[in-house]
Amino acid sequence: MPRPLQLLLAILPGLALLYLSTLLYLGGRPLLALAALGFACLTAIVYLRPRAYTWRYLFPGLVGFGLFVIFPLAYTVGISFTNYSSANLLRFPQVVSYFQNETYLAADIKFPFRLYRTGGEPAVHRIALVDPREPGRFHLTEPLVLPDQAQTVDTTVVDAEALPASQPLGLREIIPLRAGLQNLTLRLPGGKLVTNTGLRDFGPRLPLWEHNPADDSFVNTRTGEHIRPDRETGRYVLAADGPAGPAGTPVGPGFRAWTGLDNYTRVLTDKGIQGPFLRIFAWTVVFALGSVACSLAVGMILAVLLEWKELPFRKVYRTLLVLPYAVPAFISILIFKGLFNQNFGEINLILDSLFGLRPEWFADPLLAKLMILLVNTWLGFPYMMIVCTGILQSVPDTIYEASAIDGSNAVHDFFKLTLPLIWKPLFPLLVASFAFNFNNFLLIYLLTGGGPDMVGASTVAGQTDILVSYTFRIAFRDSAQNFGYASAIATVIFLIVALLSWWNLKNQKV
Amino acid sequence: MKASTTRRLKLAAAHCFLIGFIALILFPFLMVVAISFRKGNFALGALIPTGDDFSLEHWKYVLGIPYEEIMGDGTVRTVQATTPVLVWFWNSLKVASTASALIILLSGTAAYAFARMQFFAKTTLLKSLLILQVFPMVLALVALYALLQLIGTYVPALGLNTHPGLMLTYLGGIAIYIWMIKGYFDTIPVSIEESAKIDGATHFQAFVRILLPMSAPIFAVVFILSFISLISEYPVASVVLQTEDRWTLAVGAQSFLYEQNFLWGKFAATAVLSGLPITAMFLFCQKFLISGLTSGGVKE
Repeated sequence: MPRPLQLLLAILPGLALLYLSTLLYLGGRPLLALAALGFACLTAIVYLRPRAYTWRYLFPGLVGFGLFVIFPLAYTVGISFTNYSSANLLRFPQVVSYFQNETYLAADIKFPFRLYRTGGEPAVHRIALVDPREPGRFHLTEPLVLPDQAQTVDTTVVDAEALPASQPLGLREIIPLRAGLQNLTLRLPGGKLVTNTGLRDFGPRLPLWEHNPADDSFVNTRTGEHIRPDRETGRYVLAADGPAGPAGTPVGPGFRAWTGLDNYTRVLTDKGIQGPFLRIFAWTVVFALGSVACSLAVGMILAVLLEWKELPFRKVYRTLLVLPYAVPAFISILIFKGLFNQNFGEINLILDSLFGLRPEWFADPLLAKLMILLVNTWLGFPYMMIVCTGILQSVPDTIYEASAIDGSNAVHDFFKLTLPLIWKPLFPLLVASFAFNFNNFLLIYLLTGGGPDMVGASTVAGQTDILVSYTFRIAFRDSAQNFGYASAIATVIFLIVALLSWWNLKNQKV
Repeated sequence: MKASTTRRLKLAAAHCFLIGFIALILFPFLMVVAISFRKGNFALGALIPTGDDFSLEHWKYVLGIPYEEIMGDGTVRTVQATTPVLVWFWNSLKVASTASALIILLSGTAAYAFARMQFFAKTTLLKSLLILQVFPMVLALVALYALLQLIGTYVPALGLNTHPGLMLTYLGGIAIYIWMIKGYFDTIPVSIEESAKIDGATHFQAFVRILLPMSAPIFAVVFILSFISLISEYPVASVVLQTEDRWTLAVGAQSFLYEQNFLWGKFAATAVLSGLPITAMFLFCQKFLISGLTSGGVKE
């Protein structure tokens, strides 16, 4: 017999998913609806079947992980094989329906209209169109509020007696209502659409393109131009030479096309991309290694010093030294951004009054890199200090006694005795720290934003950009929004870091 | 005699070094506190603002209190923030604490299965989770954006520019916490739960009534670690949250420091206001945290 909690866990998400599934189905996404339905069943099975007991504990976590880690990962790898970008934003069916919905105004037929006000706040109107072929016939709408965005409204055929009793509005009253009228599309019997063409008339809209479902090509009903989809470039192109241009000229919006390994080979062959990419890659490695080395050196010195039992106030020192780690990183990074500011920054103020120097921290690539390493050491040494302290405390004191008898000094002791002992537990943490800094987006993005910019790069690329910040800027801060290329780099980054952590896990023998 | 003099010299040198180093560490913080009380947005002035230099205008601004500012031509205008920083603070607090609580729920139950149960491909699954987790959220943004857009079409409360939507995206980051909690569960002897089961407790009762209360410290560690990393999270929040009133602190604080519009003083007040409670909380829980950190968590 299922317990109340069990029923709750099975039924609530189940119902929610069923509801979602219905919405998805009605919204025209049958595959997603099916997936939601399958998920509802899975939830019910996991929480009701005794044999799935273990999975009751794993299920919620795995779902979260699957939805927000594995799905985005797979999606990203997927787009890396396409040309998805701001120029190729839509999916193919969306572009097809874009052409299907394109209309033009037939100039030769006109439907004079009458506008009746039938109610007060907000003003309610009815529109009656005079049929040009049968002047006694009218197409009348229900009472409506003139919309502030595009809307299609049905009409019914009536004769003159059925028109509203009030006087139709005059021109002067129609003028302020024009914007609302232009948002309206009226549907006549037979599905013909008419829109407002002026202060007196509505006119019919005719489809501009005739669709050929066999190969998804279109023919322009006015000019006879033939266009076909080019699946390699993700654009509709002219099928033959014509007045609009030679064959192959793109027409309309682009769609996402499968481009295979193009994004990956571009990195290797395109000069405008290859140069910046390799420089960014090299800097990423230097930055990550340098950050780990510097913060380890500082953290280790402090940890060893604070292990000195005769030193008073060790606790106070330790607390104060942890401070950079305790303050949220985004705050300290932004503080440094201000302190290093060329004109208003306190650091340049002090340097100026002491040495007469005003270094351009954000404009000079080398100084910018130096500043990044300084700030990251400041941010990172407390973690290393904490970690080293923990490991140092596990080293037995007795090993030093033997060496003290031999009369060796502290530095010698550290490198010959302590370091070899603590290296083994320390190493995996250093690899993890390297991997973390390899993707330390927050620091780079908030401190320099990747700048100063590289000259001659064909995408946005900065001298201090590391791979992640470069990827982010390509996808979100560049007008081209080249998601495909950004995803290809993201995939490469993932492979590097995943290999690194796999190797680390293997060494740790989980 | 000679030995004790050298020892005293060594101690003095160590103190000097540490005090000098700490002064260097604290310099940025002291600067920011000073700047937050200084008039205007320029760095000129004494370290401790006094007299004419001293002003509460930045504090009034971040707290949403109207104040009067004298313009360049001598006219006076009243200034009030459209979105007080306190709103961002509350948003951050809400998102980070709710998401952390949910993360504990998800990773705690999963960790129990990993620690106490046998199932197919257990180690492989755990390892895969840890490796897949290194895919940074910044790189997943295109997908997360598309996902939230899709969810938002059908359930607007979970879509783009909503706090629940943002929390949802954070729920993926559980692998490292599962790993930490499992490590803690492993140190608690199974025999206690076994004996409870002999007395008639179910699996679930043994988990909730016996294991969970004994594991309170690790849950505190996970909560705080996750809270701190989420409060600092910038890229996802900056893309998901689009209107100023929904921003979190990390997104909002950044908006003061644009190159063209460098509001140094207002940023300083924001930094002190938001940094203090979080820092205090961290220092307060330090003992817990250090044990958690050395077991393998890297702050993000």
